[in-house]
Amino acid sequence: MSDSATSLEGWEVVVGLEVHAELATRTKLFSGSLNQFGGEPNTNIDPVSLGLPGSLPVLNRQAVELAMRVGLALHCTVQPSVFARKNYFYPDMPKDYQISQYEEPINVDGWLELPSGRRIGIERAHLEEDTGKTTHVGGSGRIHEAGYSLVDYNRAGVPLIEIVGRPDIRSADEARAYVSELRAILVAIGASDGKMEEGSLRVDCNVSVRRRGDTDYGTRCEIKNVNSLRSLGRALDYEAARQVDLLESGEKVTQETRHWNEEEGRTHSLRSKEEAFDYRYFPEPDLVTLDPDSAWIDAVRESLPALPAERRHALAERAGVEPAEVAVIVERGLDALCIDAIGAGADPARVITHAEHNLAVEGAAGLDAAAFAALVGMETGGELTATQAKQVLAEMVDTGADPKSIADARGFEAMDTGELEAIVDGLIADNPDQWHKLCEGDQKLTGFFVGQVMKATQGQADGKVVNRLLQQKKDG
Amino acid sequence: MSDARSIAEAVRSGETAASEVVDSSLAVIAEREGEIHAFNIVLADEARAAAEAIDRRVAAGEDPGPLAGVPVALKDNICTRGIPTTCSSRILEGWCPPYDATVATRLAEAGAVLVGKTNMDEFAMGSSTENSAFGPTCNPRDTTKVPGGSSGGSAAAVAAGFTPLALGSDTGGSIRQPAALCGVVGAKPTYGFVSRYGLIAFASSLDQIGPLATSVADAALLLDVVGGHDAADSTSIPEAHASLAGVLGEGVSGLRVGVIDELSGEGVAPDVLHRTGEAAEALSAAGAKVEEVSVPATTYGLSAYYLIAPAEASSNLARYDGVRYGLRVDAASTPEMNEATRTAGFGDEVKRRIMLGTYALSAGYYDAYYGKAQKVRTLIIRDFATAYESYDLLLSPTSPTTAFALAEKTDDPLTMYMNDVCTIPSNLAGQPAISVPFGTGDDGLPVGVQVLAPALGEAAMFRAAAVLEEAAP
Repeated sequence: MSDSATSLEGWEVVVGLEVHAELATRTKLFSGSLNQFGGEPNTNIDPVSLGLPGSLPVLNRQAVELAMRVGLALHCTVQPSVFARKNYFYPDMPKDYQISQYEEPINVDGWLELPSGRRIGIERAHLEEDTGKTTHVGGSGRIHEAGYSLVDYNRAGVPLIEIVGRPDIRSADEARAYVSELRAILVAIGASDGKMEEGSLRVDCNVSVRRRGDTDYGTRCEIKNVNSLRSLGRALDYEAARQVDLLESGEKVTQETRHWNEEEGRTHSLRSKEEAFDYRYFPEPDLVTLDPDSAWIDAVRESLPALPAERRHALAERAGVEPAEVAVIVERGLDALCIDAIGAGADPARVITHAEHNLAVEGAAGLDAAAFAALVGMETGGELTATQAKQVLAEMVDTGADPKSIADARGFEAMDTGELEAIVDGLIADNPDQWHKLCEGDQKLTGFFVGQVMKATQGQADGKVVNRLLQQKKDG
Repeated sequence: MSDARSIAEAVRSGETAASEVVDSSLAVIAEREGEIHAFNIVLADEARAAAEAIDRRVAAGEDPGPLAGVPVALKDNICTRGIPTTCSSRILEGWCPPYDATVATRLAEAGAVLVGKTNMDEFAMGSSTENSAFGPTCNPRDTTKVPGGSSGGSAAAVAAGFTPLALGSDTGGSIRQPAALCGVVGAKPTYGFVSRYGLIAFASSLDQIGPLATSVADAALLLDVVGGHDAADSTSIPEAHASLAGVLGEGVSGLRVGVIDELSGEGVAPDVLHRTGEAAEALSAAGAKVEEVSVPATTYGLSAYYLIAPAEASSNLARYDGVRYGLRVDAASTPEMNEATRTAGFGDEVKRRIMLGTYALSAGYYDAYYGKAQKVRTLIIRDFATAYESYDLLLSPTSPTTAFALAEKTDDPLTMYMNDVCTIPSNLAGQPAISVPFGTGDDGLPVGVQVLAPALGEAAMFRAAAVLEEAAP
């Protein structure tokens, strides 16, 4: 639960997300033009992309396969599906209707598991075509002030999968976790590049609030124009607080579509339910029912790689921790390295700590697992201190050299306890006031003494040993 | 001018030059086009150049194909690269497609020579070719009469001897009814038999391109050339079909033919009914077993059609918004520009159907209108299926009357709609039907009879058509 906004005390936020992801196909959903980001305007076009009279759509097999990958990765049922026309006028939509799926989508009834272990329901994940892009020239760039508008149809007809989540999300943090997880899945299965900044992943939010304990949903608003994970969190927090304020002051939430303004940090009304478009959906007569046979579906299912949730479970089990604790490691793709290192006998706790804190660098996944295990072994065997191990690890990633030769070259060896004790004694003698206060119980000064020891030993002392020595001196 | 098959034979053998054939076609056009107005554009220079190219190929020992040197006309809703394609609408006036329809490509590959694009009811909506933004076409048999529609220009071009072959499109009877009124052969194949790629859509689930010709044999020849699978049309039938031209002499002996009760009574003129009866007798005399049969749901065909076709049209015609091509009438904002463009660019009948269709698809009305119409469509398919358990072919009049006078029905859309009552059921069912000239009515104008067949039943249908052609009074 989000506890960032105190005004939400006693309230529960209910969020359902609709995520549009561009599928990473070679060509467009219904024509042979390239599906490519960037490029000169109106270069990846053809009669179908432009909706020229007489042109007809032909479904892209690769798009269907990627859509099935998404569905199966989200534990959906793949079913026979029907394309439908969604009719509305907009200059960047070449036919003035969008070919989408409506009553019979390709994927239904799945779920996604968050690192926390919570499962968010997936209602459906259907195929549809993207629109072009309009640039309004003149005025503020808004359509009603523009002198004229330019339309680029390169994106028109690019395949999208719209993933409609159930309203199972209960906080802004959870919404961000959901989108991160979904993005990780899409990237892992090769369905999409998942780039929110390039618009290949777009999120619409349905938000409502209700008093804790209520079972009915409140009136929801749909929030558009959320273009980053940060915006998503901010927009949801803002919108939830706005709705709670309305309800607490005795007003009602109006069902409407609202626009998130990133600069102002607020949402404003775009159109009410009454003003909502009547899309006049009907089955697309230019396409036939899409009915992938079971052999194809099975082949796609079998070709899926291990997904983030499974990988978290696998590593967590091997390391003896909770799945949520290894989410970052899996996100960085270091789980196989960790499992192999643990398999080679390395201490799981040290492996996880290093992977989480000391391997957030490029190239870390290429580390040799045996060498990583050897390093951890040197550390747990007392040959290296934690600080030294971290430095050796960094060099291993950079050079690929083995830990022993790096440690030797740097002259690292575990410091003799007797040598350390002499340094500690000297420091106590030089800093009597501080030592007195520490003995009186001011624990902050432990850090002071440890820091001084590290300074004197150029970081080569083992922090744990220094702590133990200080304790002995106090007790003694 | 002789028939297409003879022309192609003569050109392929070097006996006749394609250039001479085309010149003679252009000469006939020059003579009568002024009073007929079959064409939106005549491509004299392009046709001569194409004919010369055919002649050079023949001289070089090549075979230009089964339609070598045959002049053809295309309905102006079939896209032709670099040649204006208007749908007889102001909204597309001057627009040149950057690509050829599949049928245009196949015609060119078969050696046919495109002579012109024919007039039509705007966006194929109409039964008289009077809904053209460029003025009506007149019936070559009697220029005070309509040629039927919407492929009236194509039917008139063939009837006037401008070209031996033409392609039309048939959404509710738009090939068969003008063929009947102009006294030529016109066929609507099984849905998916001919590629729709490059056919400007009116109602996508009903539209089908088909041949118009002076003889059944020529219609079969043309359909053989343009038919067959096309990967660019997802609704195209994957299976290859056997040559239709090859089965024409097989007769109808042993075939069972049902005369549809519901389409052969009330609302059909007595002279047309009389000819239909004679056609049934002719089939019987040729060895077919002919009986009356009831196909009850065909009664509701017209009502269902006037919901489904406008619904699809309302969506198909949305793209004419002034943004990318065709007419643009400038205005202060994009929505106002869209509205001004569409207001100026579409004629009354097109606007009427867009409004009907938009309403039929609207939230709260969908189930009562579009949904209900689709159920009727299912019933029609079911009733046809039942009939085809006992019969190989069905028979009916093509049009309830012979050609009516220009302007006679333009003020009464519903009366105009009634023209297609016999032809619409085949479109709703996706099944083939052909209209064959069979004598004249009391007014001396042509009467057409319609042979209907189950899906992919073209071979038997053409066999029966050939028998009727032979027996026609």
